[in-house]
Amino acid sequence: MKRTSQGYWAITWRQFRKRQLPMRGLVLVVLLGLVALLAPLLANNRPLIMRYQGTYYFPVFREHPRFRNVDFDELAATFEKGDFAVFPPVPYTPTQYDLTEHLQEPSKKHLLGTDDRGRDVLSRMIYGTRISLSVGFVAVGIYIAIGTVLGAIAGYYAGKVDMIISRFIEIMICFPTFFLIIAVIAFLPPSIYNIMIVIGITGWTRVARLVRGEFFRLKGQDFVTSARGLGATHFGIIFRHVLRNALGPVFVSATFGVAGAILTESALSFLGFGVPPPTPSWGDILSQSRQYIEFAWWLTVFPGAAIFLTITAYNLVGEGLRDAIDPRLRQ
Amino acid sequence: MVCPDGTAEVRAGERCAVRVYIARRLLLAVPTLLGITAITFVIIQLAPGSPAAMAVRLGGEGVRSDAIAQEIVEQTKKLYGLDKPIPVQYVLWLKRLVTFDFGTSYKDQRNVLEKIAERLPVSLQLSLTSIFLVYLIAIPIGVYSSTHQHSLSDNVITVSLFILYSLPNFWVATLFIMFLGGGDFLNVFPIYGLVSDNYAQLTFWAKVGDRLWHLVLPITCLTYGGLASISRFGRVGMLEAIRQDYVRTARAKGLSEKVVIFKHAFRNSIIPIVTLLATLLPAMLGGSVIIESIFSIPGMGQLAFESILSRDYPVIMGITTISALLTLIGILLADVCYALVDPRISLE
Repeated sequence: MKRTSQGYWAITWRQFRKRQLPMRGLVLVVLLGLVALLAPLLANNRPLIMRYQGTYYFPVFREHPRFRNVDFDELAATFEKGDFAVFPPVPYTPTQYDLTEHLQEPSKKHLLGTDDRGRDVLSRMIYGTRISLSVGFVAVGIYIAIGTVLGAIAGYYAGKVDMIISRFIEIMICFPTFFLIIAVIAFLPPSIYNIMIVIGITGWTRVARLVRGEFFRLKGQDFVTSARGLGATHFGIIFRHVLRNALGPVFVSATFGVAGAILTESALSFLGFGVPPPTPSWGDILSQSRQYIEFAWWLTVFPGAAIFLTITAYNLVGEGLRDAIDPRLRQ
Repeated sequence: MVCPDGTAEVRAGERCAVRVYIARRLLLAVPTLLGITAITFVIIQLAPGSPAAMAVRLGGEGVRSDAIAQEIVEQTKKLYGLDKPIPVQYVLWLKRLVTFDFGTSYKDQRNVLEKIAERLPVSLQLSLTSIFLVYLIAIPIGVYSSTHQHSLSDNVITVSLFILYSLPNFWVATLFIMFLGGGDFLNVFPIYGLVSDNYAQLTFWAKVGDRLWHLVLPITCLTYGGLASISRFGRVGMLEAIRQDYVRTARAKGLSEKVVIFKHAFRNSIIPIVTLLATLLPAMLGGSVIIESIFSIPGMGQLAFESILSRDYPVIMGITTISALLTLIGILLADVCYALVDPRISLE
């Protein structure tokens, strides 16, 4: 039997799998990702599948001209024998409002209650997952890119280049970052892209320092010398050879970073600088709850719990990943 | 190294090294500070929504004519020097900074430094108290859970710290206000400001009590996050220290467990925690923006928030400069402490 030696990521996965809590975190991360992807199937006022007058329709997936301005609830009341409709688990869209049902406590009809315009909180939270996760991933993507390139250049070329970049990093570290983010966001027109970019631009220092350190450690090793001997360009050495060996810690940092970016986004929304209405976001529901703080506990408890659980899940995965790539902890 | 004051004794030499080190670090802080202020300056000047436009919106009620609005904009720009190019404005701002003149607020024409000086003590009171509490609670927790590694209590502590670490403080603050601050639920703590309305009529001790009672919730919100991260670091540091050879030696000598833990392991593990002080301060100042607005505490965070909302450039610049300065001082202090407690680190 032929046995190949395990690759870096296979070993990391094997180590990661051994720990229970990080695995639970990973399950939660995957579930949240699914909720974000499948949001329109989970919360929608159109049926997933419907039989009407002998024909099957899939109104969630395809809009039929016939039902353009039809209220499916009313339509369901006129069903003949053999007709049926299967609604999504949460039969409301996040922006669908009903002022007669505003600020309702959680009930069978609205599992997590309604907000001050009578919109279903659960439906808004399901769609809010999309905002949180996309801000988390894009913002971290931006700062991983900036941090990796700057860190790699500083670590590889050292000397003067390193001095300039390191000084720049030091400037960014001393910044009152959150204050700067609020200042910039408050001045820009409200948009999710601005939030992603600003978090991305202010967050890269940790990654840059990390990559710089890894490059200092790796660039003297034999594989770099041999790559250079074989005529590889600086660009090739940096990105094809050294960077690949420095990716582990970057991934750990990215996982924690997603948690941090989600926290920052929800804090911004909480202060009223988040995505523009009526787009639902967790922080936005939470900030609304402040007006009804005497009684509307469901507007505070649920969105906050969602933020907390998401952050916890990513932090757990980050911890597990950090321990998994640490050779000292390997058995 | 030649000491500037020429003293040659050994002890004095050491002290002199510290002094030279601090001087050099302060010099290095100058370009950092310039960088921070320059970036902030450019960002807020480039962003849409100038204070001149705000003046039109505030003062120009009923003004419909675009020409008049335009005139107001031009006048306001001239008044604040906003008609000059940004680099010129920045140099002018820097010139005034040298004499600690941050200009006057656009909003109420008061001196910026005066406004900040009024608010800073409130914020420092909050953040220094919570930093003190963080270390007071975190260090025993770290020592305890590292000396009881893998026990049930260690696991419980580790998991609870992890949960605390992931709890968003604005959520916790809102929950506190909701469930402990009146309304349909318990009314245990005041949720507004620093003192009650009848503060002036209270006796001295009642005044102290009233103030402390107001501080409980905001300080809890500011403290628990730092507490979680410092105790986690403390635990890891202690676990590493306990495994060192000198601890084994101390045990082999027959020293009591107490002496081994507190005199040998603990003293060495505490060093890296000291440096974390530097990262804690800017985090607290940032966190105070949210906490102070939630609890209506008249500190720097609230001032920062208000000045951003009203596009009060001089105040924004003043706050950025002062908090960057505080952060730099924090980092410097931590480095000096680090070097003083750890003889392996040289100040050269």
